[in-house]
Amino acid sequence: MKDSVFLRMDWVSLLLYLFLVGFGLVNIYSATYLEGAQSLMSLSTPFGKQLLFMGLSFLGGGFLLALRVKFFEQFSTPIYISAMLLLVGLFFFGKTISGARSWYAIGGFGLQPAEFAKMATALLLSKVISQFQTNLKSIRSLFKLAGIISLPALLIVLQPDPGSALVFGAFFFVLFREGLNYIFLIILSSALILFVLTLVFAIPVVISLVIILLSLLFYLFKRMRYNPPVLPFILSGIMATGFIFSVDFIFNEIFEQRHRDRFNIILGKEVDTQGVGYNINQSKIAIGSGGFQGKGFLKGTQTKGDFVPEQHTDYIFSIIGEEWGFLGSILVIGCFAALIIRILWQAEKQTNQFRRVFSYSVSSILFVHFLINIGMSLGLIPTIGIPLLLVSYGGSSLLATSLMFFIYLNMDANRLRDW
Amino acid sequence: MNRSLLLPVCTLTVALFFGGKLTQLQLIDNFYSSLSQNNALIERAVYPERGFIYDRNGALLVANKPSYDLMVIPENVKAFDTLELTTLIDLRREVFQDRLNKARRYSKKLPSTVVSQLSEEAHAVLQEKIWKYEGFYLQKKTIRDYRKSIASNVLGYVSEVNNTDLKKDSYYRKGELIGRQGIEKYYEKYLRGIKGKEFLQKDKFNRVIGAYEGGSFDSPPIQARDITLTLDQTLQEYGERLLQNKRGGIVAIEPATGEILALVSAPSYDPAILVGRQRSENYRKLSLDTLAKPLYDRGLQAQYAPGSPFKVLNALIALQEKVVEPKTEFTCNQGHFYARGAFMQCHCPLQTKNDLTRAIYKSCNSYFAKTYKGIINAYGTPEEGIDRWKKHLQSFGLGNYLGYDLSVGQPGYIPDSDYYNRAYGKGGWKAPTIISNAIGQGEILTTPIQMANFAAAIANRGHYVKPHFMKSISEKSELGVFEKKQTTIDSTHFETVVDGMHKVVEYGTARIARIKGIEVCGKTGTVENFISLNGQKTQLTDHSMFIAFAPKENPQIALAVFVENGYWGARWAAPIASLMIEKYLKKEVKRKWLENRILNGSLLTEYEKPYSGKPFKINQ
Repeated sequence: MKDSVFLRMDWVSLLLYLFLVGFGLVNIYSATYLEGAQSLMSLSTPFGKQLLFMGLSFLGGGFLLALRVKFFEQFSTPIYISAMLLLVGLFFFGKTISGARSWYAIGGFGLQPAEFAKMATALLLSKVISQFQTNLKSIRSLFKLAGIISLPALLIVLQPDPGSALVFGAFFFVLFREGLNYIFLIILSSALILFVLTLVFAIPVVISLVIILLSLLFYLFKRMRYNPPVLPFILSGIMATGFIFSVDFIFNEIFEQRHRDRFNIILGKEVDTQGVGYNINQSKIAIGSGGFQGKGFLKGTQTKGDFVPEQHTDYIFSIIGEEWGFLGSILVIGCFAALIIRILWQAEKQTNQFRRVFSYSVSSILFVHFLINIGMSLGLIPTIGIPLLLVSYGGSSLLATSLMFFIYLNMDANRLRDW
Repeated sequence: MNRSLLLPVCTLTVALFFGGKLTQLQLIDNFYSSLSQNNALIERAVYPERGFIYDRNGALLVANKPSYDLMVIPENVKAFDTLELTTLIDLRREVFQDRLNKARRYSKKLPSTVVSQLSEEAHAVLQEKIWKYEGFYLQKKTIRDYRKSIASNVLGYVSEVNNTDLKKDSYYRKGELIGRQGIEKYYEKYLRGIKGKEFLQKDKFNRVIGAYEGGSFDSPPIQARDITLTLDQTLQEYGERLLQNKRGGIVAIEPATGEILALVSAPSYDPAILVGRQRSENYRKLSLDTLAKPLYDRGLQAQYAPGSPFKVLNALIALQEKVVEPKTEFTCNQGHFYARGAFMQCHCPLQTKNDLTRAIYKSCNSYFAKTYKGIINAYGTPEEGIDRWKKHLQSFGLGNYLGYDLSVGQPGYIPDSDYYNRAYGKGGWKAPTIISNAIGQGEILTTPIQMANFAAAIANRGHYVKPHFMKSISEKSELGVFEKKQTTIDSTHFETVVDGMHKVVEYGTARIARIKGIEVCGKTGTVENFISLNGQKTQLTDHSMFIAFAPKENPQIALAVFVENGYWGARWAAPIASLMIEKYLKKEVKRKWLENRILNGSLLTEYEKPYSGKPFKINQ
């Protein structure tokens, strides 16, 4: 028994995981609670379904714990291919719900392959990065890796489910950690900043800002007695200007009005509490009304009144805010952040690159969902409909995330073993 | 810089940022929760229009019409001319005062209803003068408008929330409406939509001067969803006419989908009488009628012994358990002795030889008694035999709630070994003890919808889809898949039984149900029944029962019909089922003579017999 996997397991992560899933279940119960309705244990209620998938997750997770880590490495390619086939199959056999072909209907249940594609991509990416011929400094390798990541993202965009596709951006953190050039980080963050600035301010203002900033940098370099060539600065200036104009063009010409509205509301350019702003406004009201201690389990009036749409899925955080208040919300945020950092911490201890990269991917994916979902519920980020992993209602999401998490647990427990 | 730090730092930053935003929203900025306590504001509910209900072909069954309530917020009430107001709304002064006190007790700040659903005239006059009465205002509501006076048992009704509802669900406020029965209750959440809130700015005279902050804190109502039912309006209406002046029920199901085409319960009532100010009085009348029980859904709630239609299930179980084969013959001598001195009668002539098909269409009691004995004795002990028998029946949806989407129903009853062990003691019973089960009498209880459902399962040759009333909800995005349930009988066994049921109509007990050009399959039943009259068990005229489906191949409709105290199955139930089938499949009924006989037929004198106080005869 001394050698049992249970003794070596990362109990901190497991407890955090169990807490988040359990607390999620409590809030799903509350969000869908209806007095006098049929028993909540029934499989036709969200609570019953989620409970079933929790059971499945534990079962599947336990099974994965028993496998050798080598198995995941050897089978990463077939797993990836099957996930891609499932995504392609959606265009033929998928069921359209709310305008997106994202689901297979099986009995009374829906299966969302996009959720499983994340895990498959993480596996293959880890394998390819850890191959000795892969070198993140070579263009060839970069293209290969970009292909692995963007194929599923593209298939998901076509469903269309851009929110879920966006999650694949998480792999940027992985690549960066494994040695991607700093220039990518700089480009990405400047692009992000420019994007927001362009939406908030007029184009000439943003361009002036860019010019001032670049000149300032140039001057600073000079002062530090380091003689930089002028060309890169001019080039970046031109690229930034081009980017600013294309953002403006894409935003005004290619985006649909509903997309524009989502941004404008967050940026405070538009006050709209009725149409598109409804969800965000109601979510904020629900959270705000929770106060310090919250209204208590099943006591949320905004929740009972059904003011927040999609509350058991994308807006689960608003019920936590209303019924459990500041304390509960901080607890969930704290646990989530702790889980992400704990997995990163353990990942850094891995000597085997495949395992490190995979663990890192798990953490990155959790992070992106954490950022987008809670950010959206708090009105900090435009509406992007993705769940809060482990907590939100959704069988496919819970199962896929759990499987991914248990693979991490397995890798971590067997850190000192070669298999 | 260490690359490994990027993500942890991002995570911490984001978490801190979230914490900051939460501090602002939940701890500092209490603006959102103080909205309703602001004195200069009044909060008013804005109601979405209740969803419409359509039949399967898109015919409008239920819509809405406007109505106005007089509301009061007690703390805002100033001295006013009570006499004038009470005359305007046509209410006695004491009653009015009483309601005001009640409203004050409920809440000083929250609105209460003084008069709901004002008459057109009262509303017109009051509209002009409402400014005189501080604290009072008119609230527009919509009430139900029934386009056809049918299907009240399915549609249910809407009424004001009572104190229990208010305690149960904080969504509702006093004076609001809630779905009370039927579809209105089951799909309340969809039909009602979600009310919105508006905040209105008041001036120092307490007059509303417009929206607060340009309405930016209002939540608009969320539109209700419209519901399309599986009912066929024409068929439902026809069924209700056929059952006029009788008591009973009709359940018609589309076998392939489990969609309920008609659910008739007679006597019934016009749904429109449960709308408006006369509602409570009318409701009281309906609920006080304890003999005809118009509020009692006979199709869903009435539990009867199924009678002879049950024989087809026993036949299927016997085939599955290999107790008989289609060719197995038993001899019947006007019945048979199933135990010493115990004789079960049958109408077959002496020395009749029946095979299974013939036994079904001749409805031979002896044949099924012997078959049932075989089923019970097929496994070592009768305990095991009966429990296996029960399992088969449960797979047809008997003995438990079917799980359709209305909130009334009964489970029916299928006895098992535990039951008989309790009744007779362990080992104290054998197949002959419980032989009545063979012919659908005995301890078995089924509801008409369960019978229609097993007819559908036979029509499908071995499976059924959970019966339901909901065809679609507008803008619904969830997966609406109805479970297909397989019975424990192999599909190969069904043809013999279906053939028998076809011959019931062709040559057997239900020749009256024959329709030119449609192959109808059916089984009649005549069910003995008893009531307790002045403390004595009294037998009444038998119930008339019929199950059917048609056409034989690729069935489109399966039904169960029963008529209380209608005597034998072919007298009322079979012709009614046959007319329903003809109406549904051919759209037009050619057999006017039969239609007229049923429409004009009345059983009211039959129902009065037991309560006339005089001795009476049954089964005439």
